[in-house]
Amino acid sequence: MYPIVRKEIFSPTVKLFDIKAPLVAAKAQAGQFFILRADEKGERIPLTIADFDREEGTITAIFQEMGAGTKRLGQLEVGDNILDVVGPLGVPSEIERFDGPVAIVGGGVGIAPIYPIARALKAAGNEVFAIIGARNKELLFWEEKMASVSSQLIVCTDDGSYGRKGFVTDALKDVYEANSNLNHVWAIGPMPMMRAITNVTRPWSVKTIVSMNPLMMDGTGMCGACRVQVGNETKFACVDGPEFDGHLVDFDLAMKRLSIYKDEEKRALAALEHQHQGGGCGCH
Amino acid sequence: MSLKQRADRQGMPCQDPRVRRHNFQEVALGYTKEQAMEEAGRCLQCKKPKCREGCPVEVLIPDFIQAVAEGDLAKAAVLLKEKNALPAICGRVCPQESQCEAKCIVGIKSEPVAIGRLERFVADWEMRQGAPCPEQAPRKGKKVAVVGAGPAGLTCAADLAKLGYEVTIFEALHTAGGVLMYGIPEFRLPKDIVEQEIDNLRKLGVEMQFNSVVGKATNVHELLANGYEAVFLGTGAGLPNFMGIPGENLCGVFSANEFLTRTNLMKGYCFPEFQTPVKVGRKVAVLGAGNVAMDAARTALRLGAEEVHIIYRRSEKEMPARAEEIEHAHEEGVQFQLLTSPVEIIGDENGWVKAMKCVRFELGEPDASGRRSPVAIPGSEYIMDIDTVIVSIGTGPNPLATKSVSDLELNRKGNIVADEDGRTSIPGVFAGGDIVTGAATVILAMGAGKKSARAIDEYVMAKAAEKAI
Ligand SMILES: Cc1cc2nc3c(=O)[nH]c(=O)nc-3n(C[C@H](O)[C@H](O)[C@H](O)COP(=O)(O)OP(=O)(O)OC[C@H]3O[C@@H](n4cnc5c(N)ncnc54)[C@H](O)[C@@H]3O)c2cc1C
Ligand SMILES: Cc1cc2nc3c(=O)[nH]c(=O)nc-3n(C[C@H](O)[C@H](O)[C@H](O)COP(=O)(O)OP(=O)(O)OC[C@H]3O[C@@H](n4cnc5c(N)ncnc54)[C@H](O)[C@@H]3O)c2cc1C
Ligand code: SF4
Ligand code: SF4
Ligand code: FES
Repeated sequence: MYPIVRKEIFSPTVKLFDIKAPLVAAKAQAGQFFILRADEKGERIPLTIADFDREEGTITAIFQEMGAGTKRLGQLEVGDNILDVVGPLGVPSEIERFDGPVAIVGGGVGIAPIYPIARALKAAGNEVFAIIGARNKELLFWEEKMASVSSQLIVCTDDGSYGRKGFVTDALKDVYEANSNLNHVWAIGPMPMMRAITNVTRPWSVKTIVSMNPLMMDGTGMCGACRVQVGNETKFACVDGPEFDGHLVDFDLAMKRLSIYKDEEKRALAALEHQHQGGGCGCH
Repeated sequence: MSLKQRADRQGMPCQDPRVRRHNFQEVALGYTKEQAMEEAGRCLQCKKPKCREGCPVEVLIPDFIQAVAEGDLAKAAVLLKEKNALPAICGRVCPQESQCEAKCIVGIKSEPVAIGRLERFVADWEMRQGAPCPEQAPRKGKKVAVVGAGPAGLTCAADLAKLGYEVTIFEALHTAGGVLMYGIPEFRLPKDIVEQEIDNLRKLGVEMQFNSVVGKATNVHELLANGYEAVFLGTGAGLPNFMGIPGENLCGVFSANEFLTRTNLMKGYCFPEFQTPVKVGRKVAVLGAGNVAMDAARTALRLGAEEVHIIYRRSEKEMPARAEEIEHAHEEGVQFQLLTSPVEIIGDENGWVKAMKCVRFELGEPDASGRRSPVAIPGSEYIMDIDTVIVSIGTGPNPLATKSVSDLELNRKGNIVADEDGRTSIPGVFAGGDIVTGAATVILAMGAGKKSARAIDEYVMAKAAEKAI
């Protein structure tokens, strides 16, 4: 059992949990994720390790309520237990002292995964330009934390309700204009945003790392649900990734693959709404 | 009695195919005591029982069958379990027709004694009685780590615990059983049987740490440094192969592992009460013809597919699945497209599978081994309309654990190199089951776990003796 020791509500659909999972916290590194299963009947849900405290033995997850699984998760409170937590999974981000500044871009809940990466990049001695963006002010979080691990932080909202009005891609273009020796870019967020960033950086030939979030199940390379097409190769995001060279990723395919269970997800949401009417499936 | 006079083999009572293709309950219902005693009476009690040579763990076959014939089921259970720790499972899933029963002398003139069915009968009887806890040697105060809770790891852990070791199993998934839980479907191997076996392990004091991926959360070197005297690696062959043909990443193409795990381990057939969805279209193509393919095909039927096709490059004779599963699949309406192979999966504008291009084969001249290998017939390509493809063309070793052990000798395919008793290139590290042999069988994995337990005991005792000097 893995108790929730802290909960923060950033917006009606974006929430934070600190979860006690000492063995995961002990090994967690920037760029890695974990998988949780809330209870006996729950799905296995992959979430990024947004932060960790090795002494307290906790890991931090920030999640957006998308479908039935994450909505149910959002209903849990401090003191509730999560049945299963497995991690850290995936390959850690490759952190080194780069020859030239780096930029790191987080969109929406993608702000969570970029924080530990930015921190590690800064600790390695890099000049880190951070850009965070969301649709509106309500969906932003961790501005101060991000500021503390970057040389410069640019905050954007699509609607201009806070920070600079516009998309993160525009902010990145400005950073590049002022720093044409930009060595590396990380971009994490919704697939359309990551694709847009890779399209912006492609002409610059700046290596751009994205973190793919395909459907997953086991997270250990056993099922292949997380297949991603990278260049001519098929990769399993859970063990080969989740980070890949964004200029090689087939985003079109990746987005289509996210919709495989669309019909079932609708049924699950409907079932969640009627949860209290009782009645099981009678097949177990 | 002469061989000719042997009574017919007792048939196995089964659920009607028309009914069972719509449910996940066990297909084979098991013998009654009368049937079992009748069947046991067919055994000749050979002085040199050939059947035992066919069994990888040399079950005391005539002896336990004799006890069944006498109606002494308690005695039969003891005799059976002397060599086989998981008879309820092996009785159900062993490929008997190529192992014990293939060698049975009665099989020469008639059908062989139904050894597997008798084994299952005795084991089920014992489970209903509540099996007594096995005897344990005095505690040794020594710890051993077992990685992977499949049949190899479970058997190794049980034997070590009986020898008095403190055993901890590290398992990546949230439950024990390995393929027995996530791969083999409920209708062939009910999960409560596997769970009972796992409970027996707990009674032996074996500790289980789930959600522990060795190679991530911990690794073999750490385990050895943290007080474990030895480590047994039983991580299986869990990495799914794909064909490498165009269209394989389209929506609607699944590995059999994904399809079966969603269904079995995550109970996708109870969706949405259980929250993991599983998808099956109307027309399903299953690539391959092993046990995994049969399980996937029959699962697809049960989930509501209208048509399910097994696509296999060779002929019926070469299909590697258990005979009984092939027969059951036929009865349930699975269609077999033999001497056929897919060359491309074709998608629609939304990235979903809509068809598959196949090519037909014929059997060519026998090769050096005498086997006629299939050759493609030029111009025989055709398109079949389908909306789901389940790839079950085999699995390889998962490198997560092995990659994290420096100097561990692997073969070209990534399997661990180990001797008969599971010793690897690193002292104190043992391995067995599918991670050593490649995808094989439950009973071979168990046999390997058993041998390793013995070798681990020898190793730990020798090390202790050395220290004492
Ligand atoms: C390595 C990894 C790290 C992740 N980290 C985070 C994180 O830190 N915070 C966070 O909020 N989410 C993260 N995700 C995404 C998260 O796992 C999904 O949002 C979640 O599984 C959706 O489950 P659900 O049952 O609520 O929604 P579902 O009912 O399954 O789906 C609802 C909607 O979400 C989409 N969806 C489903 N799965 C995913 C997915 N894996 N990624 C994106 N969209 C999806 C579906 O297409 C659908 O439109 C991560 C995913 C991966 C693979
Ligand atoms: C669908 C299907 C049907 C089959 N049908 C039959 C049949 O009818 N008869 C038969 O005899 N055989 C059958 N087999 C084959 C048989 O199940 C296997 O040969 C057997 O399970 C191998 O046992 P194992 O213990 O070596 O590995 P597995 O059963 O694969 O168990 C390995 C375990 O190790 C865990 N693991 C892997 N990596 C790590 C890690 N890094 N850290 C921690 N844990 C890890 C896995 O999660 C798993 O639980 C079938 C296989 C499949 C897939
Ligand atoms: S363990 Fe398998 S091979 Fe051995 S006797 Fe039993 S069914 Fe036959
Ligand atoms: S070979 Fe057949 S008849 Fe002989 S002992 Fe074995 S099961 Fe009985
Ligand atoms: S999630 Fe199953 S292989 Fe990646």
